Amino acid sequence: MDDLTAFPIGAMTDGAALLSRRGLLKGGGAMVVGLSLSALAQAARGAAAGPPDYHAVDTWIAIHADNTATIFTGKCELGQGNQTGLLQVAAEELDMSMAQVNSVRLDTNITPDQQATSSSSSIHKGAPALRAAAAQARQALLERAGVRLGVQPGSLEVWDGVVSVRGENGFRKVAYGELLGDKPFNVKYDGTAAVKPPERYRLVGQRPTRVDMPEKVAGKYTHMHHNRVAGMLHGRVVLPRGQRGFGLGARPVSVDEDSIAHIKGAKVVRRGDFVGVIAEREWDAVKAARDLKVIWQEGPPLGSNETVFERMRKDKTVDTVIALRGDPAGMMLKAAFTRGASYRCPYQSHAPFAPNCALADPTGGQLVIKSSTQDVYSSRKQVADILGIPEAKIRLQYFEGSGTFGRSCYEDATQAAAIMAVAAGRPVRVQYMRWDELGWDNYGPAHFAEVRAGVDAQGNIIAYEYDGWQHGWTITSTVSDSALARPGVERAGGSASITVNPISTGSMYKIAHRRVTSHAVPMVNYLRGAALRSPLDLSFAFASEQTMDELAAALKMDPLEFRRRNIGDARWLGVLEAAAKAANWQPKVMGSDLQKGDVTTGRGIALGSHHVSFGAAVAEIEVNKKTGLIVAKRLFGAMDCGLAVNPALVENQMIGQMIQSTSRVLKEEVTYADHGVTSLDWNSYPVLRFAEHPEVTPVVVQRLDEPSTGAGEEVMGATGAAIANAFYDATGARMRQYPMTPERVLKALEEQRT
Amino acid sequence: MAITIKVNGREWPVSADPDTPLLYVLMNELELKGPRFGCGLAQCGSCSVLADGVEIRSCQTPVSDVGNRAITTLEGLPALYARQKGLAQAPELHPLSQAFLDEQALHCGYCYNGQTIKGAELLAKTANPTEAQIRAHMDGHICRCGTYPRIMKSIQAAAEKMSKEG
Repeated sequence: MDDLTAFPIGAMTDGAALLSRRGLLKGGGAMVVGLSLSALAQAARGAAAGPPDYHAVDTWIAIHADNTATIFTGKCELGQGNQTGLLQVAAEELDMSMAQVNSVRLDTNITPDQQATSSSSSIHKGAPALRAAAAQARQALLERAGVRLGVQPGSLEVWDGVVSVRGENGFRKVAYGELLGDKPFNVKYDGTAAVKPPERYRLVGQRPTRVDMPEKVAGKYTHMHHNRVAGMLHGRVVLPRGQRGFGLGARPVSVDEDSIAHIKGAKVVRRGDFVGVIAEREWDAVKAARDLKVIWQEGPPLGSNETVFERMRKDKTVDTVIALRGDPAGMMLKAAFTRGASYRCPYQSHAPFAPNCALADPTGGQLVIKSSTQDVYSSRKQVADILGIPEAKIRLQYFEGSGTFGRSCYEDATQAAAIMAVAAGRPVRVQYMRWDELGWDNYGPAHFAEVRAGVDAQGNIIAYEYDGWQHGWTITSTVSDSALARPGVERAGGSASITVNPISTGSMYKIAHRRVTSHAVPMVNYLRGAALRSPLDLSFAFASEQTMDELAAALKMDPLEFRRRNIGDARWLGVLEAAAKAANWQPKVMGSDLQKGDVTTGRGIALGSHHVSFGAAVAEIEVNKKTGLIVAKRLFGAMDCGLAVNPALVENQMIGQMIQSTSRVLKEEVTYADHGVTSLDWNSYPVLRFAEHPEVTPVVVQRLDEPSTGAGEEVMGATGAAIANAFYDATGARMRQYPMTPERVLKALEEQRT
Repeated sequence: MAITIKVNGREWPVSADPDTPLLYVLMNELELKGPRFGCGLAQCGSCSVLADGVEIRSCQTPVSDVGNRAITTLEGLPALYARQKGLAQAPELHPLSQAFLDEQALHCGYCYNGQTIKGAELLAKTANPTEAQIRAHMDGHICRCGTYPRIMKSIQAAAEKMSKEG
């Protein structure tokens, strides 16, 4: 294994480079054969368009002569550490060590199609397939070992990829690498091999460190943006500053190509309504995009981020009752106390730290595109549709960009690079500019909620009603809409496909009479919508969990005790107690000891989820009543995501979620006026800054006996709502709208006084 | 007149036009991976480099304005640290980079060029910064993934380790 010290162990590496470097490092003698075998195997693997056969073990796992393995997964590293978690799962099932396994980048010529890396699905939905494939691989290896050692496979043990059997003269051993080294399994993956029971786990549940991090801290990691190829041009998209209404898109009425004649070598590329510029040098492309004179078609007035809620409330909607039990309206009349209010939640942007980037190279047999898409196969199809060429003529290779948290402009950058590269006949690298990315994002939609709930005198929730208004998501991108000169396309099922999430709206409590209704607004002439981390769950929790807190206050009950009394599920109770314990929660009636002085402090508690996992949070904040500034001081979060394959990864994700949630409820709002979006940089779209960050304590509630569920989004809702509840505790006033900016805080305090 | 810049202890002739931001020269001519594009507006800190030990935003610095200042990028930080500390040999990683690794701080890691440059700038002049000093010093560097708490811990850990190294 000495050769591996010179090799980025575990680091995600280009498949071809991995195998050839591995071979080269071996040096002389018989191992040269290993090199050529590796190279041959690799060439065969990448030669044709995928997806490779999902039901072949060879699609998922390759065993090398040096007793290491390459794991091929269909879920991409987004900074969440999923490559580490997935390698753990594979190594566990193969009985190998972390140092013996590597993964490769997603590549439509190489890796299996496991669909999008979204909805926190890598471990939840991606790992079971990989685990089953690895179990099948192990079974095939043990069968070979049994033949080699002349024993039944059942009597064999495996440690670190070495199969052994106890004989009269000690152990007899054979390594996986000797059994299969760089040759194919040729075994069908039918899911019949037994997977390890959790009680035998050696790696899963442990905390191996992230495989991508050594290169990242050293500045040696290849992010998407680092890619350069020979003969490459630089491209930029040309768009109006700030998107207009959905359905209009970006339509040029006229393009004055002479306006960039002063920039040497700069050219305009058009396809349908798409407008881009290319140049030999990057700065020239930036200047050309800046200087190109385009007159854009104007649309109907958009309204604004302030008036959107009233507009949605009045719009013609498609209404769906998402949950209905008992007679909530009737029971509301019998309640000892009821509380209800309207809530306003803004459009928010993915706002990736680096705007998206892609590079397309048309000079080989396939159009090779490097991109940060969360779904390489879907991305390949979208490009094929735009260019009118078969999917097999395109090879999509994934490179990690900056954290994206849902569908930012990565498909746009991918498509723009493809369009411009084909037009130029040369490789083109496209980098979105900051204003392109913030102005033409597919935003997390705005949400308007009317919530009402009632309790009996003993503190039991007896009635609950949630009405939510929002529009849906687009399934296309601005660039594809432009190139094909078509209006944007809403997700199949129209806007009704994005409904209020019943899990986030009261499902954690035993409520005999409950109704949740979703009012779907058509997206035309609103903004482009798409999934943004914990889609709308932050909004649902903000509205629903403040209502719960108001009931507790009306009953003069501690909000923790109130939730304990009403929770009907041990796992919800588990996270609630874990967060409360971490925060050393002291029983208290919220808002019962308002402090004098300009700066007051408060604590709040709340629950939340996204799909399956369970989240709870406690927030400690300071409110400056003179300036209206809220500072989150300390956050405590708890998450139960079933079996946490690597609790350290979950903790790291929870820190990110809680900071991002703080950012979203305190600062983030897409602003727009009749002519279009106006939040186009980090001043007009502010996010939480270093000096403002709270201390964060993440607690993973480990459940070894439960299946793994998502861990990338599920403590966001609880965090935002806990901050809102803490605001009430600090001031005695309620915030019905976020972000809770100083202006809105001062207004709420003023309304409280009058 | 041809422009030459000093980067990580070497002189580099520049072929770009004088108004070209330094960032594009570092990325496209020197092919460095440290400084990287984030906003192009000097608002985020993605492109940060040190100029004579002072952090600057290379996306808003025309290459013609660099002059004689010695530019240090993420790649050159270990060597700069060795010079500052009088070490015979540059470590593989600057102590702050090592602390980021020890704390398992990163998510996507894209903003860590700037976080490392800015943190190293602080640690070079302030041996044991207080939490308030760290917060104020780092405030111009955005992390969208939300890893601030571990950046804070890493800077504190690196400060402690560096003060032990004398």
